[in-house]
Amino acid sequence: MKLTGEDIQRIARLARVAVSVQETETIRRELSNIFQLIETMQAVDTTNITPMSHSQGMVQRLRDDCVTEFDQRDLFQSVAPQVKAGLYLVPKVIE
Amino acid sequence: MLNLSLKQLAAALGDRKFSSVELTQYFLKRTAALNPTLNAFITLNPEVSLEQARQADARLEMGQGQVLTGIPVAHKDIFCTKGWLTTCGSKMLYNFVSPYDAHVIEQFNQSGSVIIGKTNMDEFAMGSSNETSYFGPVKNPWDIGAVPGGSSGGSAATIAARMAPAATGTDTGGSIRQPAALCGITGLKPTYGICSRFGMIAFASSLDQAGPMARSAEDCAVLLNAMAGFDQRDATSIDRGKEDYTRDLDQPLVGLRIGLPREYFATGLSAEVGRAVETALVEYRKLGALTIDISLPKTELSVPVYYVLAPAEASSNLARFDGVRYGYRAPEYDDLTDMYEKTRAEGFGAEVKRRIMIGTYVLSHGYYDAYYLQAQKIRRIIADNFTEAFKLCDVIMGPTSPSVAFDFGAKSGDPVEMYLNDIYTIAVNLAGLPGMSIPCGFSGSGRPVGLQIVGNYFAEAKMLNVAHQYQLATDWHQRIPDLAKDLS
Repeated sequence: MKLTGEDIQRIARLARVAVSVQETETIRRELSNIFQLIETMQAVDTTNITPMSHSQGMVQRLRDDCVTEFDQRDLFQSVAPQVKAGLYLVPKVIE
Repeated sequence: MLNLSLKQLAAALGDRKFSSVELTQYFLKRTAALNPTLNAFITLNPEVSLEQARQADARLEMGQGQVLTGIPVAHKDIFCTKGWLTTCGSKMLYNFVSPYDAHVIEQFNQSGSVIIGKTNMDEFAMGSSNETSYFGPVKNPWDIGAVPGGSSGGSAATIAARMAPAATGTDTGGSIRQPAALCGITGLKPTYGICSRFGMIAFASSLDQAGPMARSAEDCAVLLNAMAGFDQRDATSIDRGKEDYTRDLDQPLVGLRIGLPREYFATGLSAEVGRAVETALVEYRKLGALTIDISLPKTELSVPVYYVLAPAEASSNLARFDGVRYGYRAPEYDDLTDMYEKTRAEGFGAEVKRRIMIGTYVLSHGYYDAYYLQAQKIRRIIADNFTEAFKLCDVIMGPTSPSVAFDFGAKSGDPVEMYLNDIYTIAVNLAGLPGMSIPCGFSGSGRPVGLQIVGNYFAEAKMLNVAHQYQLATDWHQRIPDLAKDLS
């Protein structure tokens, strides 16, 4: 599969990773090589095979509907880049 | 203290031949001497380690010690460790002091072991050479011009250079077994679900599994006893009761059926590795085992399948690193989206970004069926191949890695070549099976070779038995690299 520079910019936007114009061509070439490897999968006939998402075939456990967590806001916010009055600060979203 | 087993160390601590403080100081001294060369640790905190050792001594003094009480253990920097810097090898978490402990760390703390430091690793466990760490590569103690393997390269080098008697690692596609092989130590990736993933920074959640890394299989069995255990905070933790993984160590191997997948001995395997593995098989036959030719026909496809599934899961797991709640935030940005994009562009290294982008692409609209679903279907075929194979044999053996440790820079320029290095380890993760690597010889250049042992689901005790019996008959696991031999 051949990826284009526009593909790379689109993927980068979806992934929320800034990719500069200079980086685009290197990344395009590397990802194209990786997808060449990945494409070898397409030759396998997988008709009637059930996809395997998990090795143990488990089902989700249920737990009792009760409080298990207590408030540790100050502790958790102590590692945040920017907080004020118990809130995480980010650039203004709504004008 | 240098080459004692964990059981021997525990006995000496119990008899008060030396204290945990003395033992910890001994390994801290080795670490101080060797780490500047090897770069195996991201964080050392001698005061905290020694305080834990003092507490362990108090416990031992009261006769309340367990087998790991007072024993220094190095933890991969992927395990959240309360009060310790926990970086996952990334700039993204360069300043993250964890507010809580991973389940694995809790288990070790309960056992009374001492945290000797947090080990270096490929960034977010994505790499096979340790070259992707933000904190610089770990050097292989057998040859500092060679990579230690990855991603648990810091833990592997720590054990090889005897900077600690025990370590933890994680394995998503070979990240315990491959560095264990390249550094000449023993490492075990348990069956998926045996060790809780709670507090273990997520890479690919359906594949990630924690496991022990140590000199010997016996030591790994002791460590796994501490690490394993049900934890309801991990939705995929398996509730099957405590097991003693040391219980079968002394069983004889007479009649053991060893399956040799012909795909693991085909083109791509270096002659030196092939020879060392063949020699190990001769030893196993002497111990009474039988070898059987088997086939795992879809081995080659495990690499492309993995490089769809693991990046897909990673792209979702790593979405949490947005510069809002913890870790790195870009210093300059215009708006919220710009802050996300710059934070992630600056905080993640090239390999992590590459995998996030692959994952984002294969999960994006219009491509899901062709990539993600197709990969999950082949994953099923790969797992079924193993199920068929285990009807014919008790364990599967082969090389852990196609070559011995390669030189720095040899593969870092070509991601695909690096990925193919994991050809023998990845399928085990896809199937969720347990696998381990034990040292079985050296190349002409003095670099270690690993023998991989794969067992059926929950066959850890059997695999450890198989490895232990070999280690009783050989001394590869007791070899120490020259640079770590005489420290005065």
